[in-house]
Amino acid sequence: MARTKEAPSSALAGYDREELHRLLYLMLLGRRFEDSAAEAYALGKIGGFCHLYIGQEAVGIGAISPLREDDYVVTAYRDHVQALARGVSPRAVMAELYGRATGCSGGKGGSMHLYSAEHNFLGGWGIVGGQIPLATGVGFAIKYRKQDSVCLCFFGEAAVNQGAFHEALNMAALWKLPVVFIVENNRFGMGTAWERVASLYDISQKATAYDMPAAIADGMDVLRMRATIQEAIDRARKDGTPTLVEARCYRFMGHSMSDPVHGVYRTKEEVEEEKQKDPIRVLIDQLTEAELLTEDDLNTLDERIKEEVEDAAQFAEDSPDPEPDALYNNVYAELNPHGRLFFDDLGR
Amino acid sequence: MAVITYREALNQALAEEMERDPDVFLMGEEVGLYNGAYKVSKGLLERFGDDRVVDTPITELGFAGLGVGAAMVGLRPIIEFMTFNFSMLALDQVFNSAAKMLYMTDGQFGCPIVFRGPTGAALQLSAQHSQAMEATYVHYPGIKVCTPATPADAKGLLKAAIRDDDPVVFMEGELLYAMKGEVPDSEDHVVPLGLAEVKREGGDVSILTHGKMVHVSLQAAEQLSKDGIEAEVVDLRSLRPLDVETILASVAKTNRAVYVEEGWSVCGIGAYVSATIMEEAFDHLDAPVLRVSQADVPMPYNKQLEKLAKPSPARVVEACNSVLYR
Repeated sequence: MARTKEAPSSALAGYDREELHRLLYLMLLGRRFEDSAAEAYALGKIGGFCHLYIGQEAVGIGAISPLREDDYVVTAYRDHVQALARGVSPRAVMAELYGRATGCSGGKGGSMHLYSAEHNFLGGWGIVGGQIPLATGVGFAIKYRKQDSVCLCFFGEAAVNQGAFHEALNMAALWKLPVVFIVENNRFGMGTAWERVASLYDISQKATAYDMPAAIADGMDVLRMRATIQEAIDRARKDGTPTLVEARCYRFMGHSMSDPVHGVYRTKEEVEEEKQKDPIRVLIDQLTEAELLTEDDLNTLDERIKEEVEDAAQFAEDSPDPEPDALYNNVYAELNPHGRLFFDDLGR
Repeated sequence: MAVITYREALNQALAEEMERDPDVFLMGEEVGLYNGAYKVSKGLLERFGDDRVVDTPITELGFAGLGVGAAMVGLRPIIEFMTFNFSMLALDQVFNSAAKMLYMTDGQFGCPIVFRGPTGAALQLSAQHSQAMEATYVHYPGIKVCTPATPADAKGLLKAAIRDDDPVVFMEGELLYAMKGEVPDSEDHVVPLGLAEVKREGGDVSILTHGKMVHVSLQAAEQLSKDGIEAEVVDLRSLRPLDVETILASVAKTNRAVYVEEGWSVCGIGAYVSATIMEEAFDHLDAPVLRVSQADVPMPYNKQLEKLAKPSPARVVEACNSVLYR
């Protein structure tokens, strides 16, 4: 097994100021956006399940930011910030959380099912591990068309125990499909610690079974995360070789908005201790130390982001619900000229 | 018109559609080098190469999902299940991904994919290999289902399924593969989804059916005819979309109906069709719609028990006599 080492810590090398500020912008946008979503959820403006990304921003932003426009992203239900990182507008994402017609899934998907064809953002999947074979299919299509795009596939560590993970990795390695499989190891599948459900703790080692390159990434440091993913992307682009990347991170919130932040499965002290490694603080410190960011820069940026998020929330608030006839739209692409497709009392 | 087997008809449909559209590819267990477990894909590897005729590991969930992902970005996969019995392992991808794709994405991502293979019992394959899965699939909005009974329909419907922009579950019959029949020579022989076909006309009772049971029903109709009863045999061909118009027209003509299916009766195709008749043609009925189905048990191995479990012409005749109060 070709095993890449952890990325070097000389983190800022190779970046210009503008790029670094763009990353900080995305990190802060992600955080402020999720804060706003939490508030709206508490007020009952967002329904259903709502899984926040707070604490894990460095993983999605570090991985997605180096992509080209013709690359693809497939992810699980903790998807808000990944959509934003891919360029979907805060307005379209927030409107989707509010279930509005202007949302990026027309109000039909909600928090767990964000999509944007324009951004090659393929969502947004609610069944643990179900998206991993889909990403492998995107990789298959890239190879079929002899393109050099790549597909990033995000999933939580708990998904690694699903059969879908193993079936997909086997085929991706067997056929050299250009997919980067990114395990967001936030240590807990809902309320169950990884070590309680895994016979092998080190997830990256699972790639050995498929003769696939693997890496461990620091998912609390956006620059190191990005460097590790960049190597995997380069490998995939070159000859299709897939990589399994274990991004070690931590979720500062409960599994979803309806779950406690701490309780029987982890202590308040543990959460507080992990918050000392807040990935946004880490990036701010790196930039400040390198004299690439002043207090004023930060405040200006943060104000701008707050306004952007407020605007998104207002947009969602002001947007209309989908029309009633949207109920039957897009169930089928083709309404065949023959036969009946719907059999309920409304649709027949 | 050429006389060919159901297997050859499917093979022709695959080859013609792959020739027509480079985005169409075939994937599944043993489809390439081995020429298919039932030889449906015979010669396709040689003709189209291993990029487009792909042998997979035994990994139904994985390759069904791979197909759905490829369809999301515009390819048109044909995913072969060696039999639909094995498709149960893949149902998450069929129902949670393929069926809901267009809806959840509000039309941004489609899923033009065909899942095909044989459904139902063959001979003495016992419980895990003898299941008719039609009702399972037809339950989910977003999916289309068709069940060809003849070589002509096998070819025409498969071509329609491959060209369809929605996920289509295409259910064949193991015992039909060797069946011969006339198939139009034209490459444009496409049978649109949603059109039933009256396979035998009659005015006394409607036998509504699909797939392999079309032949059991035709045999029953022959027996009834000797007795002076003319049964109309309606082959639904597609189960969703469903040709309600043709079903209701037949019932309006005969005032009596029997549904014959290979699967179980609980929440079965017969239940779905007879409820539709009850809701929309109640006044035309002179008797309750009866259903002939597989015995409500897992399929036994023993030859005599298996025979007992399957719908037979005799049971169909009995049901027809019953709705005729004879």
